[in-house]
Amino acid sequence: MAPNTRTDILCEHGPMKPTHLHAHPHYTRCSSHSTPRTRTLQPGCICNEYTVYESFVVVISAVMVSCEMTRTLPLLLLVFCCLSVRCHVNQSDQHHKRAFPVISIHYEAVRTPFEVALWILLASLMKLGFHLIPRLSNVVPESCLLIAVGLLLGGLIRVMGENPPVLDSQLFFLCLLPPIILDAGYFLPIRPFTENAGTILTFAVVGTLWNSFFVGAGLYGVCRLEGGRLATVDLLSCLLFGSIVSAVDPVAVLAVFEEIHINELLHILVFGESLLNDAVTVVLYHLFEEFAHVGEVTPGDVFLGVLCFFVVALGGVMVGAVYGVLAAFTSRFTTHTRVIEPLFVFLYSYMAYLSAEVFHLSGIMALIACGVVMRPYVEANISHKSYTTIKYFLKMWSSVSETLIFIFLGVSTVAGPHVWNWTFVTITLILCLVSRVLGVVGLTYIINKYRMVKLSGKDQFIVAYGGLRGAIAFSLVFLLSGDDFAMKNMFLTAIITIIFFTVFVQGMTIRPLVDLLAVKKKKQSKSSINEEIHTQFLEHLLAGIEGVCGHYGNRHWTVLQMNRFNKRYVKRWLIGGERSQEPQLISFYNKMELKQAMMLLERNSSASLNTAGRTTTTLQQSSRRTLNISKEREEEIRKILRANLQKTRQRLRSYSRHTLMLDPAEDDWSETHLRKQRVEIQRRMSLFLTVPAHRQDSPPIRRARFESDNQEHMTRPSILLNVPSVSSVLQDSVTIDNESEKRDESRRRRHGGDEKQEGERGIRGRKPSVTFALDLEEQKLSRCLRDLGPDQLNEDDEEPFLSQ
Amino acid sequence: MGSFQSLPFDHHYRTLSKKTGFSLEQIGILHNRFKQLSLNEETLRRDDFNKVQDLKDNPIRSQIVEAFFDRRNFQKDGVGSMEEIGFEEFLTVMSYFRAPALHTTEEQREEIRRAKLRFLFNMHDTDNDGTITLEEYRHVVEELLSRSGSLGKETAKGIADAAMLEVASISVGHMAPDEFYEGITFEDFLKILKELEIETRMNIRFLNMDTTVLCK
Repeated sequence: MAPNTRTDILCEHGPMKPTHLHAHPHYTRCSSHSTPRTRTLQPGCICNEYTVYESFVVVISAVMVSCEMTRTLPLLLLVFCCLSVRCHVNQSDQHHKRAFPVISIHYEAVRTPFEVALWILLASLMKLGFHLIPRLSNVVPESCLLIAVGLLLGGLIRVMGENPPVLDSQLFFLCLLPPIILDAGYFLPIRPFTENAGTILTFAVVGTLWNSFFVGAGLYGVCRLEGGRLATVDLLSCLLFGSIVSAVDPVAVLAVFEEIHINELLHILVFGESLLNDAVTVVLYHLFEEFAHVGEVTPGDVFLGVLCFFVVALGGVMVGAVYGVLAAFTSRFTTHTRVIEPLFVFLYSYMAYLSAEVFHLSGIMALIACGVVMRPYVEANISHKSYTTIKYFLKMWSSVSETLIFIFLGVSTVAGPHVWNWTFVTITLILCLVSRVLGVVGLTYIINKYRMVKLSGKDQFIVAYGGLRGAIAFSLVFLLSGDDFAMKNMFLTAIITIIFFTVFVQGMTIRPLVDLLAVKKKKQSKSSINEEIHTQFLEHLLAGIEGVCGHYGNRHWTVLQMNRFNKRYVKRWLIGGERSQEPQLISFYNKMELKQAMMLLERNSSASLNTAGRTTTTLQQSSRRTLNISKEREEEIRKILRANLQKTRQRLRSYSRHTLMLDPAEDDWSETHLRKQRVEIQRRMSLFLTVPAHRQDSPPIRRARFESDNQEHMTRPSILLNVPSVSSVLQDSVTIDNESEKRDESRRRRHGGDEKQEGERGIRGRKPSVTFALDLEEQKLSRCLRDLGPDQLNEDDEEPFLSQ
Repeated sequence: MGSFQSLPFDHHYRTLSKKTGFSLEQIGILHNRFKQLSLNEETLRRDDFNKVQDLKDNPIRSQIVEAFFDRRNFQKDGVGSMEEIGFEEFLTVMSYFRAPALHTTEEQREEIRRAKLRFLFNMHDTDNDGTITLEEYRHVVEELLSRSGSLGKETAKGIADAAMLEVASISVGHMAPDEFYEGITFEDFLKILKELEIETRMNIRFLNMDTTVLCK
């Protein structure tokens, strides 16, 4: 664009002032064709010039063909005249005859965003496609498929004559990696992580160090022996390469482990290791790079290196923690601006990452620390909708990032440049595998002495086998400067081979191996309230017994002390408002009762509708009995059913994007469960019909009558009614004492502050698997329990979130 | 470390070690603690547990203390509770919290799980009738929530009711309208807590080195 190639505007009326048309690219493009002081058409301009005329000719002829001449002709003529006049006026403004372009292509201005969007779209479509082919996704992990797609794409681009884009390290480290790490860190399961912290740290730090030096030294030895082209590779380069290649990659681990549903302990061991070894990798990388640049190493440098490690690791964590506290503090004041709450979470985390990267601290650890620190307080402050937004955005971004990373990895492989050296590559591969196995076995032997629950041989095998390498290693090699490292391309090739090997071979075979070795899988049970009660009970019991034993500084004691400190001081600062400190057990219980309430409503609705068709008398009773839900009741039900589902869901799993849909509430609505319910309902219905009308209340409800029940407990719903939240709603439907209703009402009002969160997500799970053949009325009934559509979103229910 | 294994005790320790599975050093340390709590007497009483600072804030304090004096935890068919316990009983109760060794077979793990769950069951079943009734369960939940203060008895009742219902549905399945569920038997208890993996969670670390000098 050359906006300043202004030519004098001449028209038949004399020179004219330049108009804004000059800046218009088409105009200037045209003007570049034209010579000054001319109004004649240049060949290049013809298309533009005549565009207007052409288009109108076309339009007019079309119109004439389609309409009757007599009626439309005057109109057309009128239009044509106006336009020609306008064109004439336009022309007089331009300094040469050029028609106004109706359609023109202008790609350059939007090129970059367009291509970015196209890549992301492609990645997502690929992901979509894989899951449509169930057999494929069962056998091959997604990461392999994506790399294969990347290879294909790279090949295509190469065939088309262009150079395929390489995975830009800047792009990778600044845009693609943070979402994945934030997602992992924010939803990190804290309890297993802290319980196994010692083991994880040992594997991360000592294991990575061992791997780096073993591989580096081994490679150096081989290079010396081999001679030839490899003779130029010096010790420092080998060590640097060793440190890069030995780091277990969180992206690859996540991608593969998510699909095999291994038990929690192993998952957190491998995954935790992959996250924490970033500190070691960063230090070693910068250390060796610096040394290679300088050329020599002194013992003082080694000491500084060790110091650097502590600075990097602890500094990263502190930076993250500071930002986490800031985010928590900010979220305290967001009661009036709920809409941007998720933004704070993302921004603070990203800033933590970037700030750590500024000082060459470990960005990954900063991100994890930020997420972990921020989460309990932020979630106490933000609304349920914001929580959902954060969760889904994180999952979405991390999913897209991961897909893009793998695709780009494939494309970059095609891009090259490659220097293939059989010896180097194979030796690297063998050394990596050997060192990993040796490292894991050796470390476990030492660790088991200090662990209460020892790691068995099977566990060790999985930990060793799950040490996958990925894109981080690739990017780090890519960042090496070509001057210091002459063999950079060879390194690149070797790294890519290792990555391919681990992802394809190990990734694909780990699932059958897990089945073969009968490794314990993640337990798929829905948590019951008994388990919850006993989990809490156990915690206190163990803490008490430890107290009796006199063992101080032990896990339970410190955890309880920390909780006390947390409750007394930290929460007061970081959680705003008068939010009650609701124990975990109660929120869990509320969740349970909501489910029961839903089940009850379901039963009642289906019962009422099925009996309605049979007798009128029963219809009357059932309609009275069941939910003649007026508008206010619907509203109340909705409000109640939104209460307190979040807490437990955050405590329970769902830290992986693959298990996003397997939330406990939605777990329950499996086919078998519903079928059981259905059988139960059939049974009840038969009772409805055979039992005289006045006794209708009793049969389904005396299912579990407890010996110490007093008059309130005569009806099954009353068990729910006895409980604060659901009571008043169901009270209306089941005729029970007014006094208990009043009591519950008052209690409900007292707890008004507790229950205003949304629990609709749990209910949404009903939708896909309800097999009850709900007819319209039922659906209307249950619609009140369903998620509100976007046009009906209430913005008034953004009450603060409870904490414990 | 031989300061506590004086000769008369040696034999005693060995039998204890065989019985409970602790190592000799661990027994020595626990004996020290026992002596500390009992003020060097031979037996321990309930109020001796007041010396333990941590238990003061513990919501289930009374049940923990009671568990030490429960005869059912010492003998297979013991009934009732004792007023004072000796070191052997103390150690027996502690042995419920040992972690299973690395190489245990599946049956051994099952057995360990049963033993631990039996301990928990005995803690809940205060009237020794072999079932946890609703009242007893309510009491448990109330105690658990007692420190949090806010929502009190009604919620605890509701939670306990729901929990009983859950046990009923799991253990008995569909009930006819006029049945009612009496209480959680030990078998039901096993069933509902099967997923909790008690044998890996209900453990504390027993030290091999003496740190009793550090604590009050």
